[in-house]
Amino acid sequence: MKIRAQIAMVMNLDKCIGCHTCSVTCKNVWTSREGMEYAWFNNVETKPGIGYPREWENQKRWNGGWTRTRGGRLQPKMGSKWRILAKIFANPDLPEIDDYYEPFTFDYEHLQNAGEVQAFPTARPRSQITGERIEKIEWGPNWEEILGGEFAKRSKDVNFEGVEKEIYGAFENTFMMYLPRLCEHCLNPSCAAACPSGAIYKREEDGIVLIDQDKCRGWRMCVSGCPYKKIYYNWSSGKSEKCFFCYPRIESGQPTVCSETCVGRIRYLGVILYDADGIEKAASVPDEGRLYEEQLKLFLDPDDPAVIEQARRDGVPEAWLEAARLSPIWKMAIEWKVALPLHPEYRTLPMVWYVPPLSPIQSAAAAGKMGVDGGMPDVRSLRIPVKYLANLLTAGAEAPVIRALERMLAMRGYMRAKTVDGVIDEAIAGRVGLTGAQIEEMYRIMAIANYEDRFVIPTAHREAGEDTYDLRGSCGFSFGNGCSDGISGTGLFGSRKKARTPMEVE
Amino acid sequence: MADYINTVLFGWYPYLCLTVFLLGSLIRFDREQYSWKTGSSQLLRRRQLMWGSNLFHVGIIVIFFGHLVGLLTPIQLFDLVGISHGAKQIMAIVVGGIAGLVCLAGIALLLHRRLTDPRILKTSSNGDIAILVLLAVQLVLGLLTIFVSLGHLDGAEMVRFMAWAQGIVTLQPSAALYVRDANPLFKLHLFLGLTIFLVFPFTRLVHVWSAPVWYLGRKGYQVVRTRRAPPRPHRALRGEAEQPVRRADSGRSAAAPAE
Repeated sequence: MKIRAQIAMVMNLDKCIGCHTCSVTCKNVWTSREGMEYAWFNNVETKPGIGYPREWENQKRWNGGWTRTRGGRLQPKMGSKWRILAKIFANPDLPEIDDYYEPFTFDYEHLQNAGEVQAFPTARPRSQITGERIEKIEWGPNWEEILGGEFAKRSKDVNFEGVEKEIYGAFENTFMMYLPRLCEHCLNPSCAAACPSGAIYKREEDGIVLIDQDKCRGWRMCVSGCPYKKIYYNWSSGKSEKCFFCYPRIESGQPTVCSETCVGRIRYLGVILYDADGIEKAASVPDEGRLYEEQLKLFLDPDDPAVIEQARRDGVPEAWLEAARLSPIWKMAIEWKVALPLHPEYRTLPMVWYVPPLSPIQSAAAAGKMGVDGGMPDVRSLRIPVKYLANLLTAGAEAPVIRALERMLAMRGYMRAKTVDGVIDEAIAGRVGLTGAQIEEMYRIMAIANYEDRFVIPTAHREAGEDTYDLRGSCGFSFGNGCSDGISGTGLFGSRKKARTPMEVE
Repeated sequence: MADYINTVLFGWYPYLCLTVFLLGSLIRFDREQYSWKTGSSQLLRRRQLMWGSNLFHVGIIVIFFGHLVGLLTPIQLFDLVGISHGAKQIMAIVVGGIAGLVCLAGIALLLHRRLTDPRILKTSSNGDIAILVLLAVQLVLGLLTIFVSLGHLDGAEMVRFMAWAQGIVTLQPSAALYVRDANPLFKLHLFLGLTIFLVFPFTRLVHVWSAPVWYLGRKGYQVVRTRRAPPRPHRALRGEAEQPVRRADSGRSAAAPAE
């Protein structure tokens, strides 16, 4: 056993209102620059829908993630190392920018500069790549917002597999949910596996997956390798970039920008201890439906003395062990099992998990025909089909989804009984395998969701790995080589010249 | 005068080119790795690149190794194996000709795409366009020399080029004399070829150095790095010079799934 720690995330979809604050704040901080206009390290999709980029979940088309060979070993779905290298000149599995969208801006200045005209001046769109006029914007990062577009197109969503989707095209049966997405910082990242340069790595001390911008050569295999399509090729710098979990913030104990600014308080950050030696075995179980359970087994109980002792031996700092014991992620993912991974069938062992959303009870059920299971509505009568959620979160296994939904319903029932009727009803808790105390804690963490309960982030111990003497007078975070941004005044090596601040005027 | 120019171009210029090629690459790798990249434009436009890039790269790799092996292998080795000079020349013409045509088809597609597709043209640097044109011209020149070669199939001229190339890399002072009487087409081809070495470090061609063949030898798939270094004595005690900012993120271990 080799114990490592990771800062993991859980998103409570039951509370996501789809406001896109996470996406916009992330964009403003990290990707608002040339080459990355089209890239959203964090985006919010309306489901059902084909998403961003188009059909990212359709691995028959993009070949992302892992596949289990007949010999029982894992290899990237793109192919063995030879096959990946054979794709290096032109990668057939790479999305084109139109699959994301051609980034655009508007001629805002025309609103001010237009002469006296009869028609009201308009700001027409313009491509941010070519600078040319775009006559009609055909697609964008959030084209399907709140079920925009025709059902026929949206229903290509692969999560409909095994669901009789035709009936959900009808207005009275329609359903939707929001899915905020960012890099999953997987335990078994297939982007790193597909990178021929070895530029993508997972950090041992906090599990964040990063691309070494100096080592990246732009072979762009990672873009295909990642099944979540959360690696973006920067067409300006020629390097791939990805969500880096705001590691400068995480290292200093602050939540990521998307988490910090989430107005619905749906995001949680905390430490998870895991067994690094078990990753390969867990990721290569034959039955996809078991991947969720296998990943759960990798997570180690932070209260177990044997785990604590081994973690200390493996160099996990004391503050991290303490944070692991307070981790909201541990509680939601392991103790209460209300949080589930996104598409475990990709075999990447993702580390951003989701609490499935409850949804209104269908009208037929409300009219008294619904199945009531011991005083609680049957989750199968919820508007969002359980099978759809299972395809999204548990590789099709319905039992974990039902358990999570039932526990959330039980939390509501228990708290309603307590606050409205003034009754402590342990039976409600007992029916879903929890105790009243656990439900009260669930309520505190998931419903009240105070800042200090959502974010339990120990600071990085950089003093353990860096000589601060070397760091004095350094440049902090920069592109390129230390203090150099890789761009010299003469542009000797062909880099694009950039405007400097303050601008040189003479 | 003609001798003087010949000596400058084929006796002296090669060393300038090779020096800049090696030192320039080294300095760029050391100082500006962020600029070290393929510069792929596939994301912006897939059309024409799928065929163009594959044909171009396959062709040029065959041509490159053909030149490397063909020029730098001592002729005695061919004599030893029993390949006559004429036969070697025919081999070079056939293999080089086919690879050249493949490469030509590819580069034509790529050049057309780069110059006519607004997305690619607007995002190209001058260097991107210049190096592509340079390679295309060089390729056409190389293909044209085939017609010169077909005029004398005894391999004698080819052997002189081999002697020149081997003379340059073994620092023979009079290497330029071997190509003094060569056809001007060949001389132009040689000159442009040397020039490509000269401009190499200043263009996207540097990605050639990084051809990731060692990926095949990577143990397992995963890369894990740590900043947690073992405790080290103070820098002054190690007698090290001033270090730049980044020293972290070293050390790599293969994690799951190991092979």
